[in-house]
Amino acid sequence: MHIIKRAAMPSWKAWLIRLAAILLSLIVSGLFVMFVTKLNPISVYIEMWKGAFGSSRKIWNTAQGTAILLCISLAVTPAFKMRFWNIGAEGQVMAGCIGTAAVMILFGNKLPTFWLMVCMVAASVASGIIWALIPAIFKANWNTNETLFTLMMNYVAIQIASYLSTVWENPAGSAHIGVINMNTGKGWFPAIFGHEQTINILIVAVLTAVMFVYLKYSKHGYEIAVVGESENTARYVGMNVKKVILRTMALSGAICGIAGLIIVAGKDHSLSTTSAGGQGFTAIMVSWLAKFNPLMMILTSLLIVFLERGAGAIATSFRINDSIADIVTGIILFFIIGCEFFVNYKIVFGNKGAKQ
Amino acid sequence: MITTIVNFLQRAIVQGIPLLYGSCGEIITEKSGNLNLGIPGIMYVGAVSGVIGAFFNERIAGDKLNPFFAVLVPLLCSLLGSLLMSLIYGFLTVTLRSNQNVAGLALTTFGVGVGNFFGGSLATLYGEGGALSLKRTSDFFKTALPFASKLGDFGKLFFSYGFLAYLAVIVAIVAAIILRKTRVGLNLRAVGESPATADAAGINVNRYKYLAICIGGMIAGLGGLYFIMDYTCGVWSNGGFGDRGWLAIALVIFAIWKPDMAALGSALFGGLYVVYIFIPNLSRSSQELFKMLPYLATIVVLIATSMRKKREHQPPQSLGLAYFREDR
Amino acid sequence: MSTAALELKNVTKRFGNILANNNVSLTVNKGEILSVLGENGSGKTTLMNMISGIYYPDEGHIYIDGKEVLIHSPRDAFNHGIGMIHQHFKLVDVFSAAENIALGFDEPGRFDLKEVSKKVSEISKKYGFNLDPSKKIYAMSVSEKQTVEIIKVLYRGADILILDEPTAVLTPQETEKLFKILRSMRDDGKAIIIITHKLHEVLEISDRVTILRKGEYIDTVETSKTNEAELTEMMVGKKVSLNIDRTEPKDPQKRLTIQNLTVISPDGTKVLDNVGFTAKSGEILGIAGIAGSGQRELLEAVAGLQNIADGKITYFDPSSGKAESLRNKTPLQIRDLGVRLSFVPEDRLGMGLVGNMDITDNMMLRSYKSGKTVFLEKKPPKSLAEKIVEELEVVTPSISTPVRRLSGGNVQKVLVGREISSNPTVLMAAYPVRGLDINSSYLIYNLLNRQKENGAAVIFVGEDLDVLIELCDWILVLSSGRVSGMIPARGAKKEEIGLMMTARGK
Repeated sequence: MHIIKRAAMPSWKAWLIRLAAILLSLIVSGLFVMFVTKLNPISVYIEMWKGAFGSSRKIWNTAQGTAILLCISLAVTPAFKMRFWNIGAEGQVMAGCIGTAAVMILFGNKLPTFWLMVCMVAASVASGIIWALIPAIFKANWNTNETLFTLMMNYVAIQIASYLSTVWENPAGSAHIGVINMNTGKGWFPAIFGHEQTINILIVAVLTAVMFVYLKYSKHGYEIAVVGESENTARYVGMNVKKVILRTMALSGAICGIAGLIIVAGKDHSLSTTSAGGQGFTAIMVSWLAKFNPLMMILTSLLIVFLERGAGAIATSFRINDSIADIVTGIILFFIIGCEFFVNYKIVFGNKGAKQ
Repeated sequence: MITTIVNFLQRAIVQGIPLLYGSCGEIITEKSGNLNLGIPGIMYVGAVSGVIGAFFNERIAGDKLNPFFAVLVPLLCSLLGSLLMSLIYGFLTVTLRSNQNVAGLALTTFGVGVGNFFGGSLATLYGEGGALSLKRTSDFFKTALPFASKLGDFGKLFFSYGFLAYLAVIVAIVAAIILRKTRVGLNLRAVGESPATADAAGINVNRYKYLAICIGGMIAGLGGLYFIMDYTCGVWSNGGFGDRGWLAIALVIFAIWKPDMAALGSALFGGLYVVYIFIPNLSRSSQELFKMLPYLATIVVLIATSMRKKREHQPPQSLGLAYFREDR
Repeated sequence: MSTAALELKNVTKRFGNILANNNVSLTVNKGEILSVLGENGSGKTTLMNMISGIYYPDEGHIYIDGKEVLIHSPRDAFNHGIGMIHQHFKLVDVFSAAENIALGFDEPGRFDLKEVSKKVSEISKKYGFNLDPSKKIYAMSVSEKQTVEIIKVLYRGADILILDEPTAVLTPQETEKLFKILRSMRDDGKAIIIITHKLHEVLEISDRVTILRKGEYIDTVETSKTNEAELTEMMVGKKVSLNIDRTEPKDPQKRLTIQNLTVISPDGTKVLDNVGFTAKSGEILGIAGIAGSGQRELLEAVAGLQNIADGKITYFDPSSGKAESLRNKTPLQIRDLGVRLSFVPEDRLGMGLVGNMDITDNMMLRSYKSGKTVFLEKKPPKSLAEKIVEELEVVTPSISTPVRRLSGGNVQKVLVGREISSNPTVLMAAYPVRGLDINSSYLIYNLLNRQKENGAAVIFVGEDLDVLIELCDWILVLSSGRVSGMIPARGAKKEEIGLMMTARGK
């Protein structure tokens, strides 16, 4: 038995393999949940479905959750296409959250609503950009390992949030910020069509379309692809590799900042060390699973959010620990990651020639 | 004054031990060319597997807890749990040649989930309810050398730890010697530098990768076990292990891929982790700022090594890349 | 009567749809040197990789000393006494020579590098090598690295040695030295297989020749009973005249002058030291030298890809005659000056092209900035791609096939096609026929000649001295980053160039 590389697989077949992997993983994780809860497998899925889509409110929340995860996934995508392993989205989102919350707290009662919003957007985007550019500058100039640098930046950002939680704590002594501008609602996103989630979803929908076009049809997108494939080629045709790295990371950071803005102004109306909630890491997998295609990311982020909410619902109704969502997500990721092997390689048994 | 310093150093070392296990395991793994970002998850599983073992051992043994089994059962369970996690990662990245970054992150998601799930609800699942405490088992893990208390500060600094702390240092030194002085170490380094070369030289690349991943993972898992059995005295709290797994990965760079350097580095990182406690009159908010120190230190080291560009201080050349012999 | 050391019977190997070896058989005897002759892409390397355990054959049998064996891995190959010296050296850069030699070899007894070094010195003495066992690979020259590779297999006691294109990177003098060593090994009773496509080497070193063509076994002949023409015919499959049409330069004008050019590498060594020459329009200037003598840095310096420590690069505009300095300008700035400078780099898929992109997107590399909007214009590169595929007969399923999937010759056609599409006034090409079969090679030579006739100043970096002498008008020889001479190509002698390649520069 040995392994050989496939020539090329038609993309429908590749997606069929991935679909099969997802189904298989749902079965395995269903068995796991069944084992823990003693539910029969069908009821497991029904419970999960109900948990994510069981009511209009749940549907809205799932949609919003998807939008936020999708937003962060969009942010990491250009950097990944450039083979810049930015695992610092978590910190960049935190930075955006911090920027937004700072403006809401410090200027909430001093600025008219319009200018307050402008400042919030500016602050969130600027903080995200700064957080992304610091490692990028070192990468571009000294080829400093970006994976670990961005990882450390996450914890620095979280510590800053922790610091601010004691500075701006409310009530005193709680080390928590609580709901910002609870009585005035200053700096909160307005509800559209009766739902406060609408505006968040709309922002991300527009971003998704823009990112799709940017990556596929713009000159910048082409530069990103070339730098990602081969820095030497990029240099050979005269691209300014440093500039492309910095510009792309700034873009990544800016979108992470917007995600932070949405989280604080559109959803939590607060700031804590878990504002980003690990989604910076999940987004990496969402982006990779979708093969860096922004439209596919709608589906992959929905899948992940569905799993988390579904498993969360099961955890609540059976009063078990909601970490079960992480386990289920992990299992499904393993299958999807592993199935790429069958897209790229095939196994040949015995000492016979491979027919193709 | 001296007592304060000894206290500080002792706490730094205690904080450093989980990091040392984690980074030692990661160094061995990275030497085979595999960047395992799943180490944080493996450490969680290493911890919770030990907890599960101890939990059932305590229930079965009843009041007569045999010291030998009280240590052995959690230890073996922990090793087994980490081994299974490592095998998942190895299967994905070596056999199936998946992207190492993504596979590692998924493993961490999974491992943290497994840790918090079983750690947090083991008692509930078993029908006991309440928080989990394994103080009785922990006491055996914490047993210090008998003469430690008689030697004053000296004893406190050098002999006051549970056996897992000494084991960590031994593991680091042994790993350093194996990597530097033996044929196995030479072969392993070659696999990480250039798998094609190692393969052509007759080294079984996949076997070395699997072994490095599994042994590295099992070592890292002991870090989790030490944390839960020694540091927290057998009390599980969800998320209590925090980001130590990531810090362990950062420490690999600090130690420029040398296990013996990691031993020193872990104590330093441990010190940075707790230094805020020893600085008098810090406000609550400034304490939070001090907690940034380990991360900032790592960043400084990262920058410094990348600027110096010394050939021998670079990561293994094929780190992060899958190897396929018939690639052409 | 000599006995067979290694015998292959009816071996077949496929990669996907490609039949790399079809039903190949060969025999090598003890105390014999066998040449395996074939063009690039004829399956020589694949065949040898199956003997050394890198690939596993789909069909066929392998016998050693008359017994059938299965070789699943390089380790199996070692155990059968087979040692392979790869064309692309398989050495760990940060290890010393001794560490590389000891790698993967489970000698009985304690692991001791000093012991290894001692044995290495003994082997060196026996066969006449010169090697410092403690030297790190990254500090070694190409021929030193090759020495490490050869000692490595001897150290393991190999009786069957396979050398894949061992002379490709050596000077004529180094080649002569290597052949001497090979002969002494043959007299020592070892079976040696040498893979090559250089006919004169086949005739000089081997006892017998096995010829492959397009993965098929053609024949095995005794070297003493054949000649160059016959071998060529068997190798290429038809009678070919290996002559390059070299025209006399028409009205050569100064186009590019380089003065006192010095480039310092990041680790502080001078990779180019005080280099100076003039390239004229309508001429081909060949650059010869051992691999790594500064050829790459020289072309990259002109193309605006190297930091220049000292010196001048001056371009003379053909229409206005104006002199422009190109020093420390980026490729885009050079283009903005109106300089039509084309560059076919040595690393085709790593620098000249993007392997994972299709032909159209690769055309766009040079033109993606055109147009005023932020969006790409895809139509012009698409029609250029179609034109090149048609005119240069690129074999590809479509223009939207990733170039990495094309064969070496077709990749090079795509790259050269793009580079000459802008009617360059200066065309630089580094090893443009490396890895190409004879037909593709001659197509490339013709394209270069056509550019020369169109009045371009062509700079050609080559490794095959015979080709340089036949194709070029002038030959510049580089030695350790210095110019050791510039001579007219017509009437130049290979040995003379070879000596200049190793000479300390002026």
